[in-house]
Amino acid sequence: MVTLRMRVNGTTRSLDIEPWVSLLDALREQLDLTGTKKGCDQGACGACTVLADGERINSCLALAVQYEDRDITTIEGITHPIQQAFIEHDGFQCGYCTSGQICSAIGMLAEHGAGMPSAVTEPGATGLSEAEIRERMSGNLCRCGAYNGIVDAIKEVAR
Amino acid sequence: MKPFAYVSAPDVATAVRVIAAEPNAKFIGGGTNLVDLMREDIEQPDTVVDITRLPLTEIEELPGGGVRVGALVRNSHLAAHRLIRTRYPVLSQAILAGASAQLRNMATVGGNLLQRTRCPYFYDGAAACNKRVPGSGCDAIGGFNRNHAVLGVSDDCIATHPSDMCVALAALDATVEVQSVRGLRRVPLADFYRLPGGTPHLETALEPDELITAVEVPELTAPSSYRKVRDRASYAFALVSVAAALEVTDGVVTDVRLALGGVAAKPWRARQAEAVLLGAPATDESFRRAAEAELEPAVGRPDNTFKIELAQRTIVATLRRLSDRSLGVGRMA
Ligand SMILES: Cc1cc2nc3c(=O)[nH]c(=O)nc-3n(C[C@H](O)[C@H](O)[C@H](O)COP(=O)(O)OP(=O)(O)OC[C@H]3O[C@@H](n4cnc5c(N)ncnc54)[C@H](O)[C@@H]3O)c2cc1C
Ligand code: SF4
Ligand code: FES
Ligand code: FES
Repeated sequence: MVTLRMRVNGTTRSLDIEPWVSLLDALREQLDLTGTKKGCDQGACGACTVLADGERINSCLALAVQYEDRDITTIEGITHPIQQAFIEHDGFQCGYCTSGQICSAIGMLAEHGAGMPSAVTEPGATGLSEAEIRERMSGNLCRCGAYNGIVDAIKEVAR
Repeated sequence: MKPFAYVSAPDVATAVRVIAAEPNAKFIGGGTNLVDLMREDIEQPDTVVDITRLPLTEIEELPGGGVRVGALVRNSHLAAHRLIRTRYPVLSQAILAGASAQLRNMATVGGNLLQRTRCPYFYDGAAACNKRVPGSGCDAIGGFNRNHAVLGVSDDCIATHPSDMCVALAALDATVEVQSVRGLRRVPLADFYRLPGGTPHLETALEPDELITAVEVPELTAPSSYRKVRDRASYAFALVSVAAALEVTDGVVTDVRLALGGVAAKPWRARQAEAVLLGAPATDESFRRAAEAELEPAVGRPDNTFKIELAQRTIVATLRRLSDRSLGVGRMA
């Protein structure tokens, strides 16, 4: 058992956990923050996306012990215009992928704002086109296929 | 997941000392491959040594125009770095073509080099797999092998190395710097990976107690780019990929580096093709001849024979785009 501290949604929390527990399981099962979802548990769907010091990561492939003293933000800690935009543009149906989509979108907007390129960025281009949004959000799958609404919601907030 | 002891290493000396002292210990970087494999019980270390707090996160210019990249630099940061984007577009593009933004934010350079194959039978504990259990057989050879290798294969294993980043590093003549309690050594990327032969479980020149500390990339003046072909537009492993650098002077190829991904157990440096191209006119015909020469020894299986033609076409298309660029055809404003 390892005892560690972590800042979660702005509050310092103490955790007693085994080193093989993922950040996702620690959040959901020890801290009762069940807004973050487990889809594949293999890094392949993005449902478990959270922000670590503002950067989006897949919490299912993160060992919680590796994130000692880091600043973790989950959907429970987010108040952001993207949430209203998801409602207005039907950015979800069942909602299972949504908390991951929203954390991912916030991380993505920060990456884009910092000038980080994507696989479709042309030299010199700076805008957030639809192609850019789709490529940058490709780590978040939606089984309900709400992609068009998700892209519209992000476009509105990015504007 | 099998229980393990966890040690966070504050410095390189501690990291290499712990790995040498503990039997069956493994380093962990971003964890995006190791955690997955531990969860499937394919990797079962007794001790996990966390190296993410090591001060190996710098990207530095080297005298002579090269760049040195610390082993703990995250993939996303490497792809976005000004030096990499301007001097080695092929490397930035290759990284951005791989995985997802979330995974690239976690993944480290060292972990990317050592990520293991995505052969589904390697992941399936009930299947025969010489890489996972030496001597048990290979279910991929007579099974579903659409994603498997066509170059450098053996009768014991036809798995591919799945990395995109490493294909670019192979084309760029990178060197891997490794450290252990015995000291520091440098391994050219060309000698870093092993072909499967009769021992597919031995994948690299690295000893189990060696830590990758950095990757060095020498100067590149030729224009370069990366092209990846896959089953969906994003967030999928390569069927075939090509990393290329090409310099054309007065219509003749004066410098060329070419490497292929998705076709072999290692990032495949295409030396045969390079030999055909150097000094040849920069035409589709030369590109085609070079591609054919490289793929001449390829061995296809029922599900993956298509890769042989696909690799040739992707080589031609990538070289054509680069040569058009150096001739100013279709140049962007
Ligand atoms: C869903 C999914 C899709 C993906 N798609 C792609 C893709 O399209 N293209 C692609 O290229 N990759 C892809 N990847 C793989 C990803 O790039 C790798 O998992 C990642 O690069 C590994 O880096 P890491 O730091 O997380 O490694 P870890 O998981 O931490 O480590 C991997 C291995 O390297 C060893 N290791 C790590 N660092 C060092 C070091 N410094 N010295 C010695 N040993 C070390 C570890 O012991 C372990 O054996 C994908 C992964 C997932 C989960
Ligand atoms: S191809 Fe290699 S990794 Fe896949 S089952 Fe055969 S031996 Fe195992
Ligand atoms: S649950 Fe983490 S990526 Fe699917
Ligand atoms: S809303 Fe159902 S999975 Fe995306």
